Amino acid sequence: MSAVSHGYDHPEHGRQDHEHDDEEAHGSRKGYWIGFALSVVLTAIPFWLVMAKPLSSQATALIIMAFAAAQIIVHMIFFLHMNRRAEGGWSMMALLFTIVIVGISLAGSLWVMYHMNANMMPAQNMQDMGGMG
Amino acid sequence: MSAPVAEYDRDLFHPEEEPHHAEGSSTMLGFWIYLMSDCLIFAMLFATYGVLGTSYAGGPGPKELFELPLVALNTSMLLLSSITYGFAMLNMTEGKQRGTLVWLGITGLFGAAFLGIELYEFSTLIHEGATPPTSAFLSSFFTLVGTHGLHVTFGIIWLVTLMVQVARKGLITANRRRLMCLSLFWHFLDVIWIGVFTFVYLMGMLR
Repeated sequence: MSAVSHGYDHPEHGRQDHEHDDEEAHGSRKGYWIGFALSVVLTAIPFWLVMAKPLSSQATALIIMAFAAAQIIVHMIFFLHMNRRAEGGWSMMALLFTIVIVGISLAGSLWVMYHMNANMMPAQNMQDMGGMG
Repeated sequence: MSAPVAEYDRDLFHPEEEPHHAEGSSTMLGFWIYLMSDCLIFAMLFATYGVLGTSYAGGPGPKELFELPLVALNTSMLLLSSITYGFAMLNMTEGKQRGTLVWLGITGLFGAAFLGIELYEFSTLIHEGATPPTSAFLSSFFTLVGTHGLHVTFGIIWLVTLMVQVARKGLITANRRRLMCLSLFWHFLDVIWIGVFTFVYLMGMLR
């Protein structure tokens, strides 16, 4: 938002026109502090949840995964200054492509190997399954 | 006589109808794509850890090995280095060479502290007999966390190199571009670390 207003509402910054992309890519002091404060909160809560164990393991796992995802987005916005317009949108395209590949490889590896382990159990466990088939 | 020559030069090197492309204008996108490829390397290492992370082969597991207070300290070092790098970039935008160098130096110290804590952790693990060959869990752990540590090491070398460059040549366009690339690299390492402390350490303690 601030980048847009900077681009269109502040002609007095015209002297730095050639560095316009620079400024967009560097964010502001306030932006860095917001990102930092959010990151501290999003880091402290998962550590506290795991160390103090106020919830069940499963609930804790889900919450810390959600917090990690949230913090990655916070870093992307406030530190890496990602937006849809950076580099004419190509940065975002590369990012989305990478997220898709990362998702497929992570989920695919875990899914395939989980089933591989389940289907290659030692013989004594296989007898139970043999009864079913 | 001189006017036609100037026109000729302009036609040859900077056709008026085309927009002016600054030197290195595509560097940032190229560097971003490099980072995305680095992201894929880490995705593979995370997947490997996810698949092998529960194969202890009779060796010690995460609960016996990991010390969360140490990991929390480590995490705060990296997070602090991220915001101090941000301040270095703001100083660079304002054209303050001295401020840029001071904040880069502080960033480097936080990075070195992170690395020192990680090496301390590794040496403690190895002294306890938890070496990479002990189990598939430890092999994948050392590979994933070690690769991140190597990235931080190269980041620090790069940072010191740029500090020398900035001190000698000032905040010239080339140095600004280099600092922006390192900025992306440094913040990206912090993003990867979020995955490491969540997926490896915190989830490990829950198993």
